[in-house]
Amino acid sequence: MRATRPPVTDLEGPHAQCHVCNLVVAVPRGPIHGLSCPRCRTGIHRRKPNSLSRTWALLIAAAICYVPANIYPVMEVTTLGARQADTILSGVIYLAVNGTWPLAVIVFVASVVVPVLKIVALVFLATSVQLASQWRPRDRARLYRVVETVGRWSMVDIYVVTILVALVHLGSLASVEARVGAFYFGAVVVLTMLAAESFDPRLIWDQQVEDGHPAVRDVRQEAADTQAAAGGDDGG
Amino acid sequence: MPLIGCHDCDAVVEEPDVPSGGSAICLRCGGTLFRRQRATVEITLALTTAAAILFVVANAYPFLSFEMQGQVTRTTLASGTVALWEGGRLAVAVLVFLTTILAPALQISLLLYVLAPVHFHHPAPFAVEAFRWVERCRPWSMMEVFLIGILVAVVKLSDMADIVPGLALWAFGLLIPILAGGTAFLDAEIVWREIGDLD
Repeated sequence: MRATRPPVTDLEGPHAQCHVCNLVVAVPRGPIHGLSCPRCRTGIHRRKPNSLSRTWALLIAAAICYVPANIYPVMEVTTLGARQADTILSGVIYLAVNGTWPLAVIVFVASVVVPVLKIVALVFLATSVQLASQWRPRDRARLYRVVETVGRWSMVDIYVVTILVALVHLGSLASVEARVGAFYFGAVVVLTMLAAESFDPRLIWDQQVEDGHPAVRDVRQEAADTQAAAGGDDGG
Repeated sequence: MPLIGCHDCDAVVEEPDVPSGGSAICLRCGGTLFRRQRATVEITLALTTAAAILFVVANAYPFLSFEMQGQVTRTTLASGTVALWEGGRLAVAVLVFLTTILAPALQISLLLYVLAPVHFHHPAPFAVEAFRWVERCRPWSMMEVFLIGILVAVVKLSDMADIVPGLALWAFGLLIPILAGGTAFLDAEIVWREIGDLD
Protein backbone atom coordinates (compact mmCIF):
# COMPACT_ATOMS: atom_id res chain seq x y z
CA MET A 1 0.00 0.00 0.00
CA ARG A 2 2.66 2.46 1.11
CA ALA A 3 4.70 2.28 -2.05
CA THR A 4 1.74 3.07 -4.25
CA ARG A 5 0.66 6.22 -2.43
CA PRO A 6 0.67 9.39 -4.49
CA PRO A 7 2.74 12.47 -3.56
CA VAL A 8 1.70 13.80 -0.16
CA THR A 9 0.52 17.11 -1.53
CA ASP A 10 -2.16 17.17 -4.16
CA LEU A 11 -1.57 20.23 -6.34
CA GLU A 12 -4.78 19.70 -8.25
CA GLY A 13 -6.86 18.88 -5.19
CA PRO A 14 -10.25 20.17 -4.12
CA HIS A 15 -8.89 22.56 -1.49
CA ALA A 16 -6.70 25.63 -1.50
CA GLN A 17 -5.60 27.65 1.49
CA CYS A 18 -5.82 31.43 1.71
CA HIS A 19 -2.33 32.90 2.15
CA VAL A 20 -3.60 35.67 4.35
CA CYS A 21 -6.31 34.34 6.68
CA ASN A 22 -5.51 30.59 6.37
CA LEU A 23 -9.07 29.65 5.46
CA VAL A 24 -9.32 26.35 3.60
CA VAL A 25 -11.44 27.01 0.55
CA ALA A 26 -13.12 24.45 -1.68
CA VAL A 27 -11.93 25.06 -5.24
CA PRO A 28 -12.47 23.37 -8.60
CA ARG A 29 -9.89 20.73 -9.46
CA GLY A 30 -6.95 21.78 -11.57
CA PRO A 31 -5.38 25.23 -11.92
CA ILE A 32 -7.34 28.07 -10.35
CA HIS A 33 -7.56 31.64 -11.57
CA GLY A 34 -9.39 34.71 -10.42
CA LEU A 35 -10.81 33.26 -7.21
CA SER A 36 -10.75 35.25 -4.02
CA CYS A 37 -11.08 34.20 -0.41
CA PRO A 38 -14.72 34.36 0.74
CA ARG A 39 -13.58 35.40 4.22
CA CYS A 40 -10.90 38.05 3.67
CA ARG A 41 -11.28 38.82 -0.05
CA THR A 42 -7.60 38.20 -0.92
CA GLY A 43 -6.80 36.37 -4.14
CA ILE A 44 -6.57 32.59 -3.74
CA HIS A 45 -3.55 30.76 -5.13
CA ARG A 46 -2.47 27.19 -4.56
CA ARG A 47 1.10 28.46 -4.18
CA LYS A 48 2.65 31.91 -3.89
CA PRO A 49 2.79 33.15 -7.51
CA ASN A 50 6.23 32.89 -9.18
CA SER A 51 7.72 31.98 -5.83
CA LEU A 52 11.01 30.55 -7.07
CA SER A 53 11.86 33.17 -9.68
CA ARG A 54 11.08 35.98 -7.25
CA THR A 55 13.16 34.33 -4.54
CA TRP A 56 16.11 33.89 -6.91
CA ALA A 57 15.92 37.46 -8.18
CA LEU A 58 15.87 38.90 -4.65
CA LEU A 59 18.66 36.59 -3.51
CA ILE A 60 20.93 37.59 -6.39
CA ALA A 61 20.26 41.26 -5.68
CA ALA A 62 21.03 40.67 -1.97
CA ALA A 63 24.28 38.85 -2.78
CA ILE A 64 25.38 41.73 -5.04
CA CYS A 65 24.61 44.34 -2.37
CA TYR A 66 26.43 42.26 0.23
CA VAL A 67 29.83 43.14 -1.29
CA PRO A 68 29.65 46.97 -1.05
CA ALA A 69 27.85 46.59 2.29
CA ASN A 70 31.02 45.10 3.74
CA ILE A 71 33.67 46.99 1.76
CA TYR A 72 32.36 50.53 2.20
CA PRO A 73 32.22 52.19 5.61
CA VAL A 74 28.80 52.41 7.24
CA MET A 75 29.73 55.51 9.22
CA GLU A 76 32.41 58.09 9.78
CA VAL A 77 33.31 59.29 13.24
CA THR A 78 34.96 62.65 13.82
CA THR A 79 36.52 63.31 17.22
CA LEU A 80 38.54 66.51 17.78
CA GLY A 81 39.11 66.89 14.06
CA ALA A 82 40.34 63.32 13.51
CA ARG A 83 38.19 61.28 11.12
CA GLN A 84 37.75 57.56 11.26
CA ALA A 85 35.64 55.43 8.94
CA ASP A 86 34.00 52.27 10.28
CA THR A 87 32.89 49.27 8.27
CA ILE A 88 30.53 46.62 9.64
CA LEU A 89 33.46 44.37 10.55
CA SER A 90 35.65 47.08 12.10
CA GLY A 91 32.66 48.06 14.24
CA VAL A 92 32.51 44.53 15.61
CA ILE A 93 36.25 44.49 16.26
CA TYR A 94 35.99 47.82 18.07
CA LEU A 95 33.31 46.40 20.34
CA ALA A 96 35.32 43.26 21.04
CA VAL A 97 38.40 45.30 22.01
CA ASN A 98 36.87 48.31 23.77
CA GLY A 99 33.39 47.24 24.67
CA THR A 100 31.96 44.17 26.22
CA TRP A 101 32.30 40.67 24.84
CA PRO A 102 28.67 39.60 24.94
CA LEU A 103 27.66 42.65 22.95
CA ALA A 104 30.40 42.06 20.38
CA VAL A 105 29.15 38.50 19.94
CA ILE A 106 25.55 39.68 19.46
CA VAL A 107 26.56 42.23 16.86
CA PHE A 108 28.90 39.77 15.10
CA VAL A 109 26.14 37.18 14.86
CA ALA A 110 23.47 39.70 13.85
CA SER A 111 25.42 41.59 11.21
CA VAL A 112 28.00 39.12 9.89
CA VAL A 113 26.76 35.58 10.48
CA VAL A 114 23.01 36.06 9.95
CA PRO A 115 23.10 37.77 6.52
CA VAL A 116 25.53 35.19 5.10
CA LEU A 117 23.67 32.23 6.59
CA LYS A 118 20.39 33.63 5.36
CA ILE A 119 21.56 33.96 1.78
CA VAL A 120 23.23 30.52 1.86
CA ALA A 121 20.19 28.86 3.45
CA LEU A 122 17.74 30.36 0.95
CA VAL A 123 19.98 29.44 -2.00
CA PHE A 124 20.08 25.91 -0.59
CA LEU A 125 16.29 25.76 -0.14
CA ALA A 126 15.54 27.16 -3.59
CA THR A 127 18.06 24.80 -5.22
CA SER A 128 16.68 21.78 -3.36
CA VAL A 129 13.16 22.60 -4.55
CA GLN A 130 14.37 23.16 -8.08
CA LEU A 131 16.07 19.74 -8.06
CA ALA A 132 12.97 18.07 -6.59
CA SER A 133 15.05 16.88 -3.64
CA GLN A 134 13.64 14.20 -1.32
CA TRP A 135 16.22 15.00 1.35
CA ARG A 136 14.83 15.56 4.87
CA PRO A 137 11.86 17.82 4.07
CA ARG A 138 11.05 18.27 7.75
CA ASP A 139 14.49 19.70 8.49
CA ARG A 140 14.33 21.93 5.45
CA ALA A 141 10.95 23.22 6.64
CA ARG A 142 12.52 23.96 10.02
CA LEU A 143 15.47 25.72 8.37
CA TYR A 144 13.02 27.94 6.52
CA ARG A 145 11.26 28.90 9.75
CA VAL A 146 14.59 29.79 11.38
CA VAL A 147 15.61 31.95 8.41
CA GLU A 148 12.26 33.69 8.52
CA THR A 149 12.45 34.61 12.21
CA VAL A 150 16.14 35.42 12.55
CA GLY A 151 16.53 37.76 9.55
CA ARG A 152 15.21 40.90 11.21
CA TRP A 153 18.05 40.96 13.75
CA SER A 154 20.53 42.05 11.10
CA MET A 155 18.99 45.51 11.36
CA VAL A 156 20.92 46.08 14.61
CA ASP A 157 23.83 47.74 12.84
CA ILE A 158 21.61 50.13 10.91
CA TYR A 159 20.05 51.18 14.20
CA VAL A 160 23.43 51.66 15.89
CA VAL A 161 24.45 54.01 13.08
CA THR A 162 21.08 55.79 13.31
CA ILE A 163 21.38 56.38 17.05
CA LEU A 164 25.01 57.53 16.83
CA VAL A 165 24.16 59.94 14.02
CA ALA A 166 21.27 61.35 16.04
CA LEU A 167 23.22 61.71 19.28
CA VAL A 168 26.63 62.88 18.16
CA HIS A 169 26.61 66.06 16.15
CA LEU A 170 28.81 68.57 17.92
CA GLY A 171 30.68 69.77 14.82
CA SER A 172 34.44 69.16 14.83
CA LEU A 173 34.42 68.27 18.53
CA ALA A 174 32.52 65.08 17.87
CA SER A 175 30.19 64.01 15.10
CA VAL A 176 29.04 60.86 13.35
CA GLU A 177 27.82 60.62 9.79
CA ALA A 178 26.25 57.70 7.96
CA ARG A 179 28.13 56.49 4.90
CA VAL A 180 27.08 54.62 1.79
CA GLY A 181 27.81 51.17 3.30
CA ALA A 182 24.76 51.66 5.52
CA PHE A 183 22.58 51.95 2.42
CA TYR A 184 23.87 48.68 0.96
CA PHE A 185 23.67 46.91 4.29
CA GLY A 186 20.07 48.02 4.74
CA ALA A 187 19.39 46.81 1.21
CA VAL A 188 20.81 43.36 2.07
CA VAL A 189 18.52 43.08 5.10
CA VAL A 190 15.40 44.18 3.20
CA LEU A 191 16.16 42.03 0.13
CA THR A 192 16.80 38.88 2.18
CA MET A 193 13.61 39.49 4.18
CA LEU A 194 11.65 39.85 0.95
CA ALA A 195 13.36 36.75 -0.48
CA ALA A 196 12.33 34.72 2.57
CA GLU A 197 8.80 36.05 2.25
CA SER A 198 8.63 35.13 -1.46
CA PHE A 199 9.79 31.57 -0.92
CA ASP A 200 6.86 29.20 -0.51
CA PRO A 201 7.81 26.45 1.98
CA ARG A 202 5.01 24.28 0.61
CA LEU A 203 7.11 23.76 -2.52
CA ILE A 204 9.38 21.58 -0.36
CA TRP A 205 6.47 19.20 0.20
CA ASP A 206 5.07 19.19 -3.29
CA GLN A 207 7.78 16.82 -4.47
CA GLN A 208 7.76 14.46 -1.51
CA VAL A 209 6.61 10.97 -2.31
CA GLU A 210 5.56 9.61 1.12
CA ASP A 211 8.57 10.20 3.35
CA GLY A 212 9.47 8.36 6.52
CA HIS A 213 7.36 10.63 8.72
CA PRO A 214 3.71 10.02 9.34
CA ALA A 215 1.72 12.18 6.97
CA VAL A 216 -1.04 14.23 8.52
CA ARG A 217 -4.41 12.53 8.27
CA ASP A 218 -5.26 14.16 5.00
CA VAL A 219 -8.97 14.72 4.59
CA ARG A 220 -8.63 14.96 0.84
CA GLN A 221 -6.99 11.54 0.72
CA GLU A 222 -9.61 10.18 3.05
CA ALA A 223 -12.44 11.53 0.91
CA ALA A 224 -10.90 9.91 -2.15
CA ASP A 225 -10.63 6.60 -0.27
CA THR A 226 -14.25 6.79 0.85
CA GLN A 227 -15.33 7.52 -2.65
CA ALA A 228 -13.35 4.55 -3.95
CA ALA A 229 -14.86 2.33 -1.25
CA ALA A 230 -18.36 3.51 -2.13
CA GLY A 231 -17.95 2.02 -5.56
CA GLY A 232 -16.15 4.67 -7.57
CA ASP A 233 -19.12 7.00 -7.82
CA ASP A 234 -18.01 9.75 -10.20
CA GLY A 235 -20.40 12.44 -8.99
CA GLY A 236 -18.85 15.84 -8.25
CA MET B 1 -15.46 20.28 12.31
CA PRO B 2 -14.09 22.88 9.89
CA LEU B 3 -11.00 22.10 7.85
CA ILE B 4 -7.77 23.84 8.60
CA GLY B 5 -4.62 23.89 6.54
CA CYS B 6 -0.95 23.99 7.47
CA HIS B 7 0.54 27.27 6.34
CA ASP B 8 3.97 25.68 5.90
CA CYS B 9 3.24 22.44 4.02
CA ASP B 10 -0.40 22.63 2.88
CA ALA B 11 -1.58 19.55 4.75
CA VAL B 12 -5.34 19.78 5.31
CA VAL B 13 -6.86 18.38 8.50
CA GLU B 14 -10.04 18.59 10.48
CA GLU B 15 -9.60 21.20 13.17
CA PRO B 16 -8.52 19.44 16.37
CA ASP B 17 -9.94 20.52 19.71
CA VAL B 18 -7.17 22.44 21.43
CA PRO B 19 -7.44 23.75 25.00
CA SER B 20 -6.96 27.48 25.52
CA GLY B 21 -3.27 28.35 25.67
CA GLY B 22 -2.32 25.27 23.67
CA SER B 23 -1.21 25.03 20.09
CA ALA B 24 -1.68 22.50 17.30
CA ILE B 25 1.46 21.30 15.55
CA CYS B 26 1.47 19.89 12.04
CA LEU B 27 2.45 16.22 12.15
CA ARG B 28 3.99 16.37 8.74
CA CYS B 29 6.26 19.42 8.83
CA GLY B 30 6.33 20.41 12.51
CA GLY B 31 4.98 23.90 11.82
CA THR B 32 2.47 25.54 14.16
CA LEU B 33 -1.05 25.18 12.76
CA PHE B 34 -2.54 27.64 15.24
CA ARG B 35 -2.44 28.69 18.87
CA ARG B 36 -5.78 28.54 20.60
CA GLN B 37 -6.52 31.42 22.94
CA ARG B 38 -10.16 31.67 23.95
CA ALA B 39 -10.10 35.17 25.45
CA THR B 40 -7.82 36.36 22.68
CA VAL B 41 -9.78 39.51 21.86
CA GLU B 42 -9.89 40.71 25.48
CA ILE B 43 -6.26 39.88 26.36
CA THR B 44 -4.80 41.29 23.17
CA LEU B 45 -7.03 44.35 23.37
CA ALA B 46 -5.84 45.08 26.92
CA LEU B 47 -2.17 44.62 26.08
CA THR B 48 -2.44 46.63 22.87
CA THR B 49 -4.14 49.51 24.70
CA ALA B 50 -1.22 49.58 27.14
CA ALA B 51 1.18 49.40 24.21
CA ALA B 52 -0.55 52.33 22.50
CA ILE B 53 -0.13 54.54 25.58
CA LEU B 54 3.52 53.56 25.95
CA PHE B 55 4.10 54.16 22.23
CA VAL B 56 2.83 57.73 22.55
CA VAL B 57 5.06 58.32 25.58
CA ALA B 58 8.03 56.75 23.76
CA ASN B 59 7.57 59.16 20.88
CA ALA B 60 6.70 62.31 22.80
CA TYR B 61 9.44 62.43 25.43
CA PRO B 62 13.25 62.64 25.17
CA PHE B 63 14.83 59.32 24.43
CA LEU B 64 18.53 59.70 25.16
CA SER B 65 20.63 62.72 26.09
CA PHE B 66 24.27 62.99 25.15
CA GLU B 67 26.56 65.16 27.23
CA MET B 68 30.07 66.05 26.20
CA GLN B 69 32.16 68.90 27.60
CA GLY B 70 29.11 70.84 28.67
CA GLN B 71 27.26 70.45 25.39
CA VAL B 72 24.04 68.49 25.49
CA THR B 73 22.15 66.81 22.64
CA ARG B 74 18.65 65.56 23.36
CA THR B 75 17.04 63.07 21.03
CA THR B 76 13.61 61.60 20.55
CA LEU B 77 12.69 58.37 18.80
CA ALA B 78 12.31 60.24 15.51
CA SER B 79 15.66 62.07 15.78
CA GLY B 80 17.54 59.27 14.08
CA THR B 81 15.30 59.38 11.03
CA VAL B 82 15.58 63.17 10.87
CA ALA B 83 19.38 63.15 11.23
CA LEU B 84 19.80 60.51 8.51
CA TRP B 85 17.47 62.44 6.21
CA GLU B 86 19.38 65.69 6.76
CA GLY B 87 22.65 63.87 6.16
CA GLY B 88 21.39 62.84 2.73
CA ARG B 89 20.82 59.14 3.54
CA LEU B 90 17.23 59.22 2.37
CA ALA B 91 16.69 55.49 1.77
CA VAL B 92 18.17 54.53 5.14
CA ALA B 93 16.08 57.24 6.82
CA VAL B 94 12.93 55.84 5.24
CA LEU B 95 13.84 52.29 6.27
CA VAL B 96 14.43 53.33 9.88
CA PHE B 97 11.21 55.38 9.96
CA LEU B 98 9.26 52.45 8.52
CA THR B 99 10.59 49.82 10.91
CA THR B 100 10.72 51.77 14.17
CA ILE B 101 7.80 54.18 13.87
CA LEU B 102 5.35 53.58 11.04
CA ALA B 103 5.04 49.77 11.16
CA PRO B 104 4.66 49.64 14.98
CA ALA B 105 2.20 52.56 14.90
CA LEU B 106 0.10 50.86 12.22
CA GLN B 107 0.30 47.51 13.99
CA ILE B 108 -0.90 48.97 17.29
CA SER B 109 -3.57 51.31 15.94
CA LEU B 110 -5.04 48.83 13.46
CA LEU B 111 -5.17 46.11 16.12
CA LEU B 112 -7.14 48.47 18.35
CA TYR B 113 -9.38 49.42 15.43
CA VAL B 114 -10.17 45.78 14.69
CA LEU B 115 -10.36 44.32 18.20
CA ALA B 116 -12.29 47.00 20.11
CA PRO B 117 -15.38 46.73 17.85
CA VAL B 118 -15.17 42.92 17.94
CA HIS B 119 -15.23 43.08 21.72
CA PHE B 120 -18.36 45.26 21.64
CA HIS B 121 -19.91 43.15 18.85
CA HIS B 122 -20.06 46.03 16.38
CA PRO B 123 -17.83 45.10 13.48
CA ALA B 124 -15.92 48.12 12.20
CA PRO B 125 -16.02 49.08 8.52
CA PHE B 126 -12.97 47.81 6.60
CA ALA B 127 -12.02 45.55 9.53
CA VAL B 128 -10.92 42.88 7.04
CA GLU B 129 -8.52 45.23 5.25
CA ALA B 130 -7.24 46.60 8.57
CA PHE B 131 -6.52 43.14 9.96
CA ARG B 132 -4.76 42.16 6.75
CA TRP B 133 -2.44 45.12 7.29
CA VAL B 134 -1.80 44.11 10.91
CA GLU B 135 -0.37 40.83 9.63
CA ARG B 136 1.51 42.59 6.84
CA CYS B 137 3.16 45.08 9.21
CA ARG B 138 4.30 42.52 11.73
CA PRO B 139 7.60 41.42 10.13
CA TRP B 140 8.57 45.07 9.54
CA SER B 141 7.98 46.24 13.07
CA MET B 142 11.43 45.94 14.64
CA MET B 143 11.37 47.80 17.93
CA GLU B 144 13.07 44.99 19.84
CA VAL B 145 15.97 45.05 17.39
CA PHE B 146 16.15 48.83 17.85
CA LEU B 147 16.48 48.31 21.61
CA ILE B 148 19.58 46.15 21.10
CA GLY B 149 20.88 48.86 18.77
CA ILE B 150 20.50 51.40 21.59
CA LEU B 151 22.44 49.15 23.92
CA VAL B 152 25.31 48.81 21.46
CA ALA B 153 25.36 52.54 20.70
CA VAL B 154 25.44 53.42 24.41
CA VAL B 155 28.36 51.06 25.01
CA LYS B 156 30.22 52.56 22.06
CA LEU B 157 29.75 56.09 23.40
CA SER B 158 30.19 55.39 27.09
CA ASP B 159 33.91 56.20 27.27
CA MET B 160 33.46 59.35 25.19
CA ALA B 161 30.53 61.06 26.85
CA ASP B 162 27.72 60.81 29.40
CA ILE B 163 24.56 59.18 28.14
CA VAL B 164 21.40 59.93 30.10
CA PRO B 165 18.36 57.76 29.41
CA GLY B 166 15.11 59.68 29.08
CA LEU B 167 11.54 58.80 30.03
CA ALA B 168 10.85 57.59 26.49
CA LEU B 169 13.53 54.91 26.77
CA TRP B 170 11.81 53.34 29.78
CA ALA B 171 8.46 53.47 28.00
CA PHE B 172 10.09 51.86 24.99
CA GLY B 173 11.63 49.11 27.09
CA LEU B 174 8.23 48.33 28.64
CA LEU B 175 6.43 48.57 25.33
CA ILE B 176 8.38 45.78 23.68
CA PRO B 177 7.45 42.88 26.01
CA ILE B 178 3.84 44.14 26.24
CA LEU B 179 3.40 44.29 22.47
CA ALA B 180 5.15 40.92 22.09
CA GLY B 181 2.66 39.53 24.62
CA GLY B 182 -0.24 41.04 22.72
CA THR B 183 0.99 39.39 19.53
CA ALA B 184 1.59 36.04 21.24
CA PHE B 185 -1.96 36.00 22.66
CA LEU B 186 -3.48 36.91 19.31
CA ASP B 187 -5.46 34.00 17.90
CA ALA B 188 -5.89 35.26 14.35
CA GLU B 189 -8.33 32.49 13.41
CA ILE B 190 -10.85 33.59 16.05
CA VAL B 191 -10.59 37.22 14.91
CA TRP B 192 -11.00 36.25 11.25
CA ARG B 193 -14.13 34.30 12.13
CA GLU B 194 -15.54 37.38 13.86
CA ILE B 195 -14.77 39.95 11.20
CA GLY B 196 -14.74 37.86 8.02
CA ASP B 197 -17.43 37.83 5.38
CA LEU B 198 -18.38 34.23 6.24
CA ASP B 199 -20.95 33.33 8.86
